[in-house]
Amino acid sequence: MAVYKLKTPISEEETRKLKVNDVLYVSGTMVTARDQAHRRALEHFKQGKSLPINLEGLAVFHCGPIVKKKEDRWTIVAAGPTTSTRMDIFEDEFIKNFKARVIVGKGGMGKRTTEAMAKYGAVYGAFTGGAAILAAKAIKNVRTVEWLDLGMPEAMWILEVEEFGPLTVAIDSHGNNLFMEVQKKVEENKQRIYHKLGI
Amino acid sequence: METLDVVEKVAFNLLRLAVIYLPDDVKRALQKAHAEETSETGKTQLKAILDNVEFAEKYGAPMCQDTGTIIFYVKAGAKAKDLDKVEKALIRATKRATVEIPIRPNAVNPFTQKNSGDNTGRLIPYVNWEIVPGTDTEITVLPKGGGSENVCVMSMLVPGEGIKGVKKFVVDAVLKAGAKPCPPNILGVGIGGGSDIAMKIAKKALLRPIEVPNLDPEIARLEEEILEAVNMTGIGPMGLGGKTTVLGVNIDYAYRHPASYPAAVAFNCWAARRATAKISADGTVEYLTHKVEVK
Repeated sequence: MAVYKLKTPISEEETRKLKVNDVLYVSGTMVTARDQAHRRALEHFKQGKSLPINLEGLAVFHCGPIVKKKEDRWTIVAAGPTTSTRMDIFEDEFIKNFKARVIVGKGGMGKRTTEAMAKYGAVYGAFTGGAAILAAKAIKNVRTVEWLDLGMPEAMWILEVEEFGPLTVAIDSHGNNLFMEVQKKVEENKQRIYHKLGI
Repeated sequence: METLDVVEKVAFNLLRLAVIYLPDDVKRALQKAHAEETSETGKTQLKAILDNVEFAEKYGAPMCQDTGTIIFYVKAGAKAKDLDKVEKALIRATKRATVEIPIRPNAVNPFTQKNSGDNTGRLIPYVNWEIVPGTDTEITVLPKGGGSENVCVMSMLVPGEGIKGVKKFVVDAVLKAGAKPCPPNILGVGIGGGSDIAMKIAKKALLRPIEVPNLDPEIARLEEEILEAVNMTGIGPMGLGGKTTVLGVNIDYAYRHPASYPAAVAFNCWAARRATAKISADGTVEYLTHKVEVK
């Protein structure tokens, strides 16, 4: 288990160095995107429209933050990750089209995303679910917000972060998926549990 | 002060206490889990959780950005005054809390997908009523996170399998939930009643501190047995592997129909937020779950 500190824009080469179980801290630009933002981004791509921000080399955060507006300035109150599996239906296309290098969320992602990460060079960094203040502390500035019509949680918040983490690399760009590995072990434990309970 | 104002103020304070300060029993369980965790990644996760809990208290900010669907449980004294005004006060408190704490607007119209922006909408906040003797009114808030809600399950089990069926049902629910509900979790298990009743009591069981076992020693043993079993899964903190998947199991039950064996599992995330206060007839307020000073 190695500890890495990376700054955006993150290159494919840097991404390829990371292995599952490594700990990662990201500094630079991080953009929040949940279900609706993913859907709209892909729609824009299809229609040949550009996104409000070029995501190449950036970190994308599955997060619906609590944000407060004070005298025209947005500040993040709390910003933990949301369940990433909901974005599984979009993420492979998202990585392919926009070249985001680090996807941050909780709960892990599936086969489609794992394959896309291996093919195009991206990693999934698991951030502790619910650790919203830990995340907020690392967010130094809200640069701007796009697509606020989607509502506060679903909008695209463009954030400047400093040593955002600890992120556990749970999917690397070599086809390894920590969640799937744990799932496999869990499956093996199942019979042992049944036996113990007499079922 | 008018009843409406007192209830609004208390409900607002409860929301604030709940979303910022994790109950002591849950905190202790997390500390113990951290001390005993053998997986390095699992330990990293628990450390992040404990740091986060501490920062939330320090900064007076919600410990998790998902401040949940707002659910209230009201034990209304049969002789308490102005009970017809309580619900309105709870709605007002919720709207105020959304702006002032702030908490995330989490009420969405399922047809238009529009977020109301203030955590209220048809039947939300949801109020569970119970009428009790006396003049006191006890209000509990349970801000219920979406991630753990998405894995709650209800099933009509086979009556012939009895408690064995329940054990398998709960273990399977945890296995299926995996990393999704932000483990380590707390499980509320509801048995019997009917399909709706099973889930209702499962969720209500989440209000009991995890250090308090069921009063019935046999059910308390079942809680222990299931806890031990689900912690053998290896799912671990945040599903990244480890010893602690569940912090506590709270079981409650109702009698069942001879042909039916309903069972439900209500998951709560580690951010198992709840807060309770009692309002007496003379307007004095006692906060029962939190020792923090309240203005």
